[in-house]
Amino acid sequence: MSAHSSASATSPLKGYFAVWIALLVGTGLTVYAATLDLAPYNAAIALAIATIKATLVALFFMHVWHAGEKLIKLVVIAALFFLMLLLGLTMTDYATRPWS
Amino acid sequence: MPDSSSATGLHTEEHNPALLHHFADPEQQRDAASLGMWVFLATEIMFFGGLFCAYLVYRRWYFGDFAAASRTINMAYGATNTAVLICSSLTVVLAVWAAQTARRTLLITSLILTMLLGLVFLGIKGIEYREKFTEHHVPGASFRFVQPIPGHPGQYANPRHAQIFFSLYFVMTGLHALHMIIGLGIFLWLLTMAWKGRFTPEWHTPVEMGGLYWHFVDIVWIYLFPLLYLIDRHP
Repeated sequence: MSAHSSASATSPLKGYFAVWIALLVGTGLTVYAATLDLAPYNAAIALAIATIKATLVALFFMHVWHAGEKLIKLVVIAALFFLMLLLGLTMTDYATRPWS
Repeated sequence: MPDSSSATGLHTEEHNPALLHHFADPEQQRDAASLGMWVFLATEIMFFGGLFCAYLVYRRWYFGDFAAASRTINMAYGATNTAVLICSSLTVVLAVWAAQTARRTLLITSLILTMLLGLVFLGIKGIEYREKFTEHHVPGASFRFVQPIPGHPGQYANPRHAQIFFSLYFVMTGLHALHMIIGLGIFLWLLTMAWKGRFTPEWHTPVEMGGLYWHFVDIVWIYLFPLLYLIDRHP
């Protein structure tokens, strides 16, 4: 009991509500940014906002930030690494084919 | 007696029934469960990752057609559903916190609210699908798509390429909706357990694991929303 409440000695509620507000603001921001003509940056901005939101959810709602077990962080990083490998290698192939 | 345990810690009249004999202490048991759940979520990331990969390749090839198709799905529904899922993620962390701190009423309320928000999400999704059916935008024999390519006056999107967009749209949002339905089943089970008072600050692993699953499904939607709904929305 004492071991697992030590990570959250103070009430974590304030943080949860702050993350919630940030996620809602991010959603509004991404909708607004989509209505602007930013040419190649539209997709980059949308993906950046989505990644910030996903990171907030993972770190604070899914408690990766406070995870006592380091193996959990390792699994998260490994999963992201292999996802990037999949997307990165595929796109470096398809994006550099002058004939297609 | 889940309520009396918060002040005194572990009961001693019996061995802790929530602690399986092959774990040293409740904390180790909880870490093991979290680790297992995260390994499962890693497989889920790769599962959805394949679809995101297919989406990226086709979006690059047929950008104009994808932009035209993306404009025909209702951005307001997608944005509302994003907000609904974010609110449900908040009620999930409140449920986990309530279980950690032995607040039974808050736990039950949060679980019910989460399920209601999940149902709202699926309801809006259903309305959206219905519109796509009436517009003949569902891939198949009756698929019809006559839309201009944004930024290219006089040019119309290739219906075959638009059909690929809608195939990906229905598979990705459909698979996501299936995860939501499974999540609702998990939360119904959590609710009955919470109602019976099975969760204590020492043992509420199912609430935490169900929460991790729900948040993951939220994260998938956080990416689906801009990728499917917001490809090219500027006037």
